[in-house]
Amino acid sequence: MDIGDFLAMGGYARYVWPAYALSAIVLVYNAWSAARLRREQLASARRRVSLVQDEPR
Amino acid sequence: MWTWFHKLSSPPHAYRILGRLAPWFGWPALGLILLGVYWGLVKAPADYQQGEGFRILYVHAPAAWMSMFIYVVMAVAAAIGLIWRMKLAHAAAAACAPVGASFTFLALATGSIWGKPMWGTWWVWDARLTSELILLFLYLGYMALRSSFDDPRRADRASAVLAIVGVINVPIIHYSVEWWTTLHQPASVTRIAKPAIALPMLVPLFIMLAGYQLYFGWLLCRRLQGEILRRERNAGWLQEVA
Repeated sequence: MDIGDFLAMGGYARYVWPAYALSAIVLVYNAWSAARLRREQLASARRRVSLVQDEPR
Repeated sequence: MWTWFHKLSSPPHAYRILGRLAPWFGWPALGLILLGVYWGLVKAPADYQQGEGFRILYVHAPAAWMSMFIYVVMAVAAAIGLIWRMKLAHAAAAACAPVGASFTFLALATGSIWGKPMWGTWWVWDARLTSELILLFLYLGYMALRSSFDDPRRADRASAVLAIVGVINVPIIHYSVEWWTTLHQPASVTRIAKPAIALPMLVPLFIMLAGYQLYFGWLLCRRLQGEILRRERNAGWLQEVA
């Protein structure tokens, strides 16, 4: 298989590749955003825990 | 059964289970999606009418399916939260919304890119496209409604009602291609009779779909973990995980 032919997608390159690229961007963004949400909430939980521990009893 | 149910819905227990489950979704999802992309782009034969252009199917149809599937998951979770006053179910519904919205956007965008060469237009106000656009607005409305409450319990209840009422849109999307005249082709996979798509084209579609499902499972695990942490403001068990 010729790589040039593959990239040309039978003349549909300007439709097929943007569709795949956009899908990849959205999937990667979703993964990053979910991981970030958990990371931020973990950091915030850590802050709250340390606040509780520092309080004089 | 009920003790198991209660144990599962206790935040620390759920947090740990989700953490253990996540990699079992994440890695197979990555593998299946990469395999599906390779199979769909390289190995599947070109369509006799649409040529190579039909390959957009492999990113469009799974995204469209997920956009509806996630909405149903969200509505069911919201209903469970409303009926049994289960905070974890509300958290799951909240975790679904942004993911569902992104898949809906993807379905609309890739559909639009596909429509240009095949139908000659990016967009038409027909039943399928319009009802899918309404689905996007339902997701966005759900998220906006949630963020408009300071009290998470009121946000849970109000947004749950919206999610449940909005579920009526899902069968409308699915049957829109049969009920109304539309440019969109009718379903070719979920027909009761034989699917109207050849097997070598169907296999990569199912691989992609399975990959997207597992990927959603992974996202849900991670987002739900974040939601649990956010909601458990002062719980002592936070000391163990954080």
